[in-house]
Amino acid sequence: MDTDRERHRARETAFYLFTQQSLPACKPVLTPGWVIAIFLFMGVIFIPVGLVTLRASHCVVEIVDRYDIDCVPEPSRMDKVSYIQDDSIPKNCSRFMKVHKYMKAPIYIYYQLDNYYQNHRRYVKSRSDKQLLDGQKYHDTSYCQPVESNNNRPIVPCGLIAWSLFNDTFEFIREGAELKVNRKNIAWKSDRGHKFGKNVYPFNFQNGTLIGGGKLNPEIPLSDQEDLIVWMRTSALPSFRKLYGRIEEDLDVDDVVVVNLMNNYNTYSFGGKKKLVLSTSSWLGGKNDFLGHACVFVGCSSLTLAIIFVLLHALWRHELFTLEQEKLFRVIRTRSTYI
Amino acid sequence: MKRYVYINDNESSHELYCDNRISNRKYTVLNFLPKNLWEQFSRFMNQYFLLIACLQLWSLITPVNPASTWGPLIFIFAVSASKEAWDDYNRYLSDKKANEKLVWVVRQGIRKHIQAQDIHVGNIVWLRENDEVPCDLVLIGTSDPQGLCYVETAALDGETDLKTRVIPSACMGIDFELLHKIKGVIECPNPDKDITRFDANLRLFPPFIDNDVCPLTIKNTILQSCYLRNTEWACGVAVYTGNETKLGMSRGIPEPKLTAMDAMIDKLTGAIFVFQIVVVMVLGIAGNVWKDTEARKQWYVQYPIEGPWYELLVIPLRFELLCSIMIPISIKVSLDLVKSLYAKFIDWDTEMIDYETGIPSHATNTAISEDLGQVEYIMTDKTGTLTENRMIFRRCCISGVFYGNESGDALKDTKLLNAVAGSSPDVVQFLTVMAICNTVVPIKSKTGAISYKAQSQDEDALVNAAAQLHMVYANKTANILEIRFNGSVIKYEVLEILEFTSDRKRMSVVVKDCQNGKIVLLSKGADEAILPYAYVGQQTRTFIEAVEQYAQLGLRTLCLACRELREDEYQEWSLLFKEASSTLVDREWRIAEVCQRLEHDFEVLGVTAIEDRLQDGVPETIETLRKAGINFWMLTGDKQNTAIQIALSCNFISPEPKGQLLLIDGKTEDEVCRSLERVLLTMRITSSEPKDVAFVVDGWALEIALKHYRKAFTELAILSRTAICCRVTPSQKAQLVELLKSCDYRTLAIGDGGNDVRMIQQADIGVGISGREGLQAARAADYSIGKFRFLKRLILVHGRYSYNRTAFLSQYSFYKSLVICFIQIFFSFISGVSGTSLFNSVSLMAYNVFYTSVPVLVSVLDKDLSEGTVMQHPQILFYCQAGRFTVSLPFLAFFPLLYNRASESEYICWMVWSIFVPCNCCVCDHHTCLCLREK
Repeated sequence: MDTDRERHRARETAFYLFTQQSLPACKPVLTPGWVIAIFLFMGVIFIPVGLVTLRASHCVVEIVDRYDIDCVPEPSRMDKVSYIQDDSIPKNCSRFMKVHKYMKAPIYIYYQLDNYYQNHRRYVKSRSDKQLLDGQKYHDTSYCQPVESNNNRPIVPCGLIAWSLFNDTFEFIREGAELKVNRKNIAWKSDRGHKFGKNVYPFNFQNGTLIGGGKLNPEIPLSDQEDLIVWMRTSALPSFRKLYGRIEEDLDVDDVVVVNLMNNYNTYSFGGKKKLVLSTSSWLGGKNDFLGHACVFVGCSSLTLAIIFVLLHALWRHELFTLEQEKLFRVIRTRSTYI
Repeated sequence: MKRYVYINDNESSHELYCDNRISNRKYTVLNFLPKNLWEQFSRFMNQYFLLIACLQLWSLITPVNPASTWGPLIFIFAVSASKEAWDDYNRYLSDKKANEKLVWVVRQGIRKHIQAQDIHVGNIVWLRENDEVPCDLVLIGTSDPQGLCYVETAALDGETDLKTRVIPSACMGIDFELLHKIKGVIECPNPDKDITRFDANLRLFPPFIDNDVCPLTIKNTILQSCYLRNTEWACGVAVYTGNETKLGMSRGIPEPKLTAMDAMIDKLTGAIFVFQIVVVMVLGIAGNVWKDTEARKQWYVQYPIEGPWYELLVIPLRFELLCSIMIPISIKVSLDLVKSLYAKFIDWDTEMIDYETGIPSHATNTAISEDLGQVEYIMTDKTGTLTENRMIFRRCCISGVFYGNESGDALKDTKLLNAVAGSSPDVVQFLTVMAICNTVVPIKSKTGAISYKAQSQDEDALVNAAAQLHMVYANKTANILEIRFNGSVIKYEVLEILEFTSDRKRMSVVVKDCQNGKIVLLSKGADEAILPYAYVGQQTRTFIEAVEQYAQLGLRTLCLACRELREDEYQEWSLLFKEASSTLVDREWRIAEVCQRLEHDFEVLGVTAIEDRLQDGVPETIETLRKAGINFWMLTGDKQNTAIQIALSCNFISPEPKGQLLLIDGKTEDEVCRSLERVLLTMRITSSEPKDVAFVVDGWALEIALKHYRKAFTELAILSRTAICCRVTPSQKAQLVELLKSCDYRTLAIGDGGNDVRMIQQADIGVGISGREGLQAARAADYSIGKFRFLKRLILVHGRYSYNRTAFLSQYSFYKSLVICFIQIFFSFISGVSGTSLFNSVSLMAYNVFYTSVPVLVSVLDKDLSEGTVMQHPQILFYCQAGRFTVSLPFLAFFPLLYNRASESEYICWMVWSIFVPCNCCVCDHHTCLCLREK
């Protein structure tokens, strides 16, 4: 009972304080001491974090190989587009990748496309999430324009994204023996589980006059077509990497990996680049120096500012602390809030 | 332009005039939706959002789900519509209650109980004591044998004292039963909203009286929403009904006031809109060019060779929709919300409760609190605003003898007491005028004590003072006044009352001494309305001196005078007066002219001096607010000397060496012109000196200055920080406010009486003091406070905080919209200028509502400086006042703002991309990533 009443009273007083605009509040006054302490603290926090991040990034070993030009035979280089569009010419090509540093499994295989606008509005909208989940049961494919049906029969999966599926393939050989590439679990789990239907099979796909990218095995349900799932998670930026698979063996220094690839995908007509990337990962993910540099930079500048303020404070201490000046500071600070 | 009301005629007026159904409703069930929508869409912002929402229905161009705009739009509209609907429903309920109230009305000669809404013009309505009056009635009978009744008009003008109303002479003495059958015609003007005038005529049909026209005034009416008091019953003829009553006509919603900040926001919105159009055009062209040069090469996009005819428009329209978030849709809702909270804070503030009367402060207008923080000019009334309006009789001068000069209180002056005891004829005559030259009603309580119901505080003070000097105004029955003096009873018959008007500045009564049958004119009024009319040969020099001396002390003076009338002179004049009283056109002017014929050749009896004390804390408040850079103007109906004296005592102006007072006077155009130029010259010279220069102008000179030398006077108004305008009329007060407003100053008008209402409504902010002169001013005002000293807190605390908070909030709203919009714009450059939205609909809505709008509302509790600091250093208000100048050119402020936002978005984009671009590769295993999803 008593506590109830007390609580009630407390609530009443709180409301009263609210109505009088006198709720307890703290107003940190940015005195030199506080400012110096805050900057010092930021410096102390950010520099180690940055260094750790940088180190993690440096541990990642990355091999990048651009192959789109080199895989076109010399005579065809003048007209790469007609080369890539000519189905009669075999497209196989071999590349050598030298490991310059020990790479610990798992080693991720990415293909990287540059100047490829997966974020173009026409492209990005041309898909039907409902159809991907429900298959032909879902009839409204108007979102998939202009690749929605062929011969009056719906295409599964419909839309430009699926139609332009990336179809270069890679095989890795080390010292004569093929490296095993794991191509399972490369797509998001949620995509596999909830976005792509388990009973939806490709239908009427790439049957039209215009053939875009890769074909799909009509025997495998969409939820298991992980290449497609990865491809359909469109990239926000015009150059991007997508996961191809994982090598689950360590690579030693000076190992030479022979890559046998099928150079099928047409990036020549719009001047795109194709690259193959092998990369290990750290606890922070792939190779990314920016985060580390940013942290170190912020930390260093905070520390510098702290030192400058300490010096200023030591020099002008007695003047800085007059009441009038503090008021002035406050006013100047307030000033900035006016429209 | 007249209406003829036939009494008790049930048929003729039914079609002509409306019935008594009161309707304050703005909407009906049928027209609510269209009318409300029409009103809401008359705002530019709403039209804009509607256009955007409609464009979004076109799926080819919409970057987001239309629901993300339609949702908030419908929500906002629903909120304002339901607020309107709720208000209207409440009005409907109160109307219904009033309409269905049962009243007694005569139908076919029989009294019946019917609903108030069925009353028609011409019906006779019967009222009992404490009944509310259902429509405007002309009295024809009361329970009082003299035909008097008392009404309380608080609902009309806020004055709580009882007013006497009297039946017209023609109806005098008609039998109770006959009142049911009375027939006649009332000729009255068409309905208007002037509650102080009713210029009409009544003619009763035989057999009641011969065909004589009887004039009617406001005294013969009882108006809608008054209450009948102290009278057993009364009956009257309905002349105005329903929404055509005086109250109904004066209702109506005044123009909504717009704050400087609102205007600024509108301007900013306009500027952003223009900027948006530019962005859309640039991006639209870039998009089309990119499409033709690059996108056609990209086989995976499959651009058709030939597009539809509107193809060129598609990309610009997409960008228009993408950029539409530049103008924040949430700003109106957030601002309305916080503004109503500011108003509540004012209502809640316990430091602004007047503990004497228990009246808290109240914000009637919830939309303009931030303007309080930008006030530059305060126009204040004197009486009742700076002073307490509690009049106390202090001194007097009777036939050249000064009383009360030593002790400061004439009532304790033994000289005067002795003179009273000795029945000195001059003194007795003086006291008689004090006691009966007024419109006071004495009310005898059961214990025998007499209290007075007076309409003016001055009259109250005079009657009470006379009573203390043994001249007791004891009773009033019909026209007979009873006065007790030193044990004897003297009776007077009141023949005429020449009422006070602000133009005449005096009032008189004509009484007949019942003992000797002499007819006497008793007058009291301002010195300039009495002393010049003294009879030839009377020495008025002492009186002029007395007036001056009293005014120097800040006392209010009245001159009392009398004149004996010859019987024939009175009779002759009486006819003229009667004729003037029954004119329908210009009655007031005609009466004034006729009164002038009687009010001359006065024998001046003396001068009274009444003290009106300053309110607590007035000098401090004025000083503090002046430090805050606010200029004060005093606009008063009082005399020049009194005004200056009060001004000195409340720090309004500084005494001589430090301050300087410049006088603008003159009776003719030339004199005023010369005086104005002289003052202007002095003002220009001294404007650089640290000297308090103020000018004083009286009503007459002001009239000429405003009419002929408006430009010079405006310049003077800008130069002068302080001004005292005395003897000004209500309309001049409003004109002065108008003048300052036209110079683009933010003005605040504060007053307490009915004469301040116009100025209060005219000013940017009107503050009313709920004082002793009734609630009229407080009701018309945007803010009502109990005492003048609360103004300090209202402006420095509430005004300043509100301004800061609104400024922050609106700036923030634009800021957050611009940030997200610029991210979209930058993204468009790396997505092939195709109009892809970086954010999906849900994120966008969540950003607008949950991440950025709701949490920021907490800023209404923000106090940048403590209340104490602000009160101690009121100079800080300069920044609020200056706020609007720095942005009066929106582009100057706007482009730096845009630039900042742009660079900020750039940083954000750069950060995000730098982090995610490389790690985009490992998306599928460890990390989230920036991915594009449509819809």
